[in-house]
Amino acid sequence: MSRRSIKAEQLHLWRGVNHVLCGIDLCVSPGEMLVVTGANGSGKTSLLRTLCGLVHPEEGRILWGEQNVRQDLPQFHSELVYLGHEPPLKGDLSARENLRYWVGMRRTFTTSELDAALIRVGAGGWSEQPARTLSAGQKRRVAIAGVVLFAAPLWLLDEPATNLDVDGQRLVSNLIEEHVTAGGLVIAALHHELNLKSVATQRLELSSR
Amino acid sequence: MKSSALSAARLVLVRDLKLAFRKRGQLVQPLAFFAIVTTLFPLAISPELARLREIAAGVLWVAALLASLLALEFLFRDDAHDGTLEQYALSGQSLTWLVFAKTAAHWLLTGVPLAVMAPLAGLALGVPYAALTGIMAPIALGTLALSLIGAIGAALTLGIRRSGVLLTLLTLPLAMPVLIFGAQATDLAVRGASYAAPLYLLAAMVVLGVTLAPLATAAAVRISLE
Repeated sequence: MSRRSIKAEQLHLWRGVNHVLCGIDLCVSPGEMLVVTGANGSGKTSLLRTLCGLVHPEEGRILWGEQNVRQDLPQFHSELVYLGHEPPLKGDLSARENLRYWVGMRRTFTTSELDAALIRVGAGGWSEQPARTLSAGQKRRVAIAGVVLFAAPLWLLDEPATNLDVDGQRLVSNLIEEHVTAGGLVIAALHHELNLKSVATQRLELSSR
Repeated sequence: MKSSALSAARLVLVRDLKLAFRKRGQLVQPLAFFAIVTTLFPLAISPELARLREIAAGVLWVAALLASLLALEFLFRDDAHDGTLEQYALSGQSLTWLVFAKTAAHWLLTGVPLAVMAPLAGLALGVPYAALTGIMAPIALGTLALSLIGAIGAALTLGIRRSGVLLTLLTLPLAMPVLIFGAQATDLAVRGASYAAPLYLLAAMVVLGVTLAPLATAAAVRISLE
């Protein structure tokens, strides 16, 4: 696992006339989790997209370790996994194929690793079905298997437990706990409270405009 | 272990081909359009083969150009909607290679079938048998250039709803050299003359497109993801 921490200094993001992020500061070290909360439209997704480098903030900088992420985006990207609120799956491919193409772009992995990730999220029984026949919760589980399979130190999760049943929410909590305990970093935008007792958790409340 | 840029690009290519064969509608649409346009001309103008032969190259090329523009809209659309494009941008791989692979897949799925179908349409337009192979090469090369140019426009118009018309307006002026030299090459082939000169010019455009277009497309994708 990486020993680097992620730091953001005075992030300001404008979207047209909207001042979406107003001077956000944060610092998450290995073995820590940051929960981002806030009302709908308060900028949780914008913050995550800014942190992973998809969106350029108007002001401020993001540091991965000591280095500004803009200096080497590909290197930074290869150490993070971002899961947006839509699972990036193709309806015409099976769960297994989806993961092979999605995660395979980043790293090579063995079939047994893939099987293990699918079984872990409870997708063992329906991993060969086309993703369009899966329910929203099942798709979310496949996406979470992808997050695990990336084996990246930094997880940026946007509402990871959406559409999941109680069992699925417990699964997400357990995976996050394991990842953080192993020295990973998690930044998650959350609506539902996840039961995360055993990890060091910071909170960032975004105020709505 | 980290995947290399080439193996990531290969995955993108294979994935797009596989998806296209699972969802055949988009594959057939430009081909059907091409077939309909080229077969309507003999009905509308005259069934006289000598007259049709005169306009055959132009008809084939206009139909191929419009058919390949028609398919462009779908190049990035689905991937942008479901977040796949975001994942490409975050893959840590060179986005230039990945969009090049997508463009190559697009050409294999539209340009190559069009080139294979062009001789059949040519027969209906009175093209002599000897010239049939000669009309495939310009169309194959020309559609590759069109896919490469069009990918830039497709990426730029991603954020816009109903972008079809704008995409056509953006791409058409850039596609004119391809149309002019492509039609000339095909016309020379139909007449039984040597069509090497315009074909080489088409090849030069493809080389230019391969080297520069993916860079511009990748930049445009990044902009539309913001």
